Amino acid sequence: MAFVPGGDIISQIIYAASILLFVVFMLYGQRIQMYVMIREVEASLYKLKFIKEEGRKITIETIKEIGKPQTDPAARVDRYLEYFTISPQSMDPAGIVYKLDHILDVRDTRLKDEVKIMAPASDDVQINNLENTLEAAMALNFIYKVVRHYYIQGKKTLSLYVIMQLQMILPLVMKEAEAYASALKAFAYGQPIGDGAGPLVAAKLMHGYETRKVPKDCVVATVPIEGRTAFIIKAEGPGGNVGKPGDAVQAVIEENEGKIANVIMIDAGLKLEGEGVGEVAEGIGAAIGGPGVDQYKIEDSLLKYKIPVNAVIIKEDIGDAVSPMRKEISDSVDKVIERLKNVILERTKEGDKIIIVGVGNSIGVGQ
Amino acid sequence: MMTESNQSATTARISTYMLTIVLIVLALSIVALLFAVNAFLVGNEVVAGYLLIIGFIAMGLSAWLLFQSRRRVTNLKIEAPKIMTTIECLKCGFKSVREFQRGDYVYKELDKCQKCDDKMVITAIYKEVKEKEKSYNV
Repeated sequence: MAFVPGGDIISQIIYAASILLFVVFMLYGQRIQMYVMIREVEASLYKLKFIKEEGRKITIETIKEIGKPQTDPAARVDRYLEYFTISPQSMDPAGIVYKLDHILDVRDTRLKDEVKIMAPASDDVQINNLENTLEAAMALNFIYKVVRHYYIQGKKTLSLYVIMQLQMILPLVMKEAEAYASALKAFAYGQPIGDGAGPLVAAKLMHGYETRKVPKDCVVATVPIEGRTAFIIKAEGPGGNVGKPGDAVQAVIEENEGKIANVIMIDAGLKLEGEGVGEVAEGIGAAIGGPGVDQYKIEDSLLKYKIPVNAVIIKEDIGDAVSPMRKEISDSVDKVIERLKNVILERTKEGDKIIIVGVGNSIGVGQ
Repeated sequence: MMTESNQSATTARISTYMLTIVLIVLALSIVALLFAVNAFLVGNEVVAGYLLIIGFIAMGLSAWLLFQSRRRVTNLKIEAPKIMTTIECLKCGFKSVREFQRGDYVYKELDKCQKCDDKMVITAIYKEVKEKEKSYNV
């Protein structure tokens, strides 16, 4: 039987094969596409599993090295990796900020206590660093489990849309996981991370001046800048710690009975694609991330005394924020200080009191 | 230990899957080449030509698949960036850069300056990243 009249055998085979291919793709095209996507997700899942296991290994090794535990910390680390935090009920949102604040305090205390048990020989700085290391390992464990959940669900239901959604966000998820993997070593060794740009600027401003502790886990120094009195606040370093800048700002404002001319906040800000790492931008508002408790407290205090708030941010992406600090970010400190001085000269008068807050993780940044 | 076993399991899984495909494609390419030789001996040069093309494409494809699987295995590494520490004398400005050592932190006071006897201070700790990003000219 000839498919093409008068054609040779090769033409017949090619013609038959092309018709067969057309039918196969018409009937099973979507399924083939789905299997290709599943393979892609599977490959990423293996990589995530490797990163997660590596994170666990680094964490256990660091605890053994620093904390000198009597027993093997592996079982406790595994338990820790599964910890969860339940956010407060928001059906009646009144007072939710302080409820969330309380939950976060309990979590922080609990985690610190766990680390102290796991690593009895470590000092306060090392405990903070180990806590951060464990949190990065926790984040990796969570990412792996969520991706695995949707992968298995997609395979079970053979739903193109479940797999497609996972495959679409996978590049971003992998980028974040790789950033956390990079952060693990930074936390374990106490190296500054990109998020520490704010504390680094504050540290440069307060270096050489006397500091005192303010609640919670923050330090403040009184520094003369351009004829003004500046209260420089940052999380206490060099241990991995973000402190509670909300409480610290509130405390300093209350100490001065609200007589503060301006609050300037410095933080790492997420850059858009195309923007350069370490670029400095200026704006208005409380520049602080996290769950929102500290931002709420700062805004509350500012509103009470009608204090203006300015912000200076150092641009970086999520990967840069949690991995060891890039040179561009470290080099941008002087540019930030220049911008700060401009804001101070333009927005305040000589003799005024101002607050400058370096927001972020103080790991590897002293004062 | 556990990580090593997991890594080898991952590598083995990828290799087995890839190896099966590579072997199938390789076997088909050899068959195509044998047919080509046969067709050439019979005197059917056009068919031999087609089969030669198919055989070589299949061989190329299997080599590409093998390369892909090797690349995937080498990708399974967490690269530790090189971290540098800048040490500075705030009095005379003498500066030196060395690799990060555990215990270093910014504004940590170190030994005396070689030039002026004032204490040296760590002023920066950073990693240098070689930008791999493409320029999109927009």
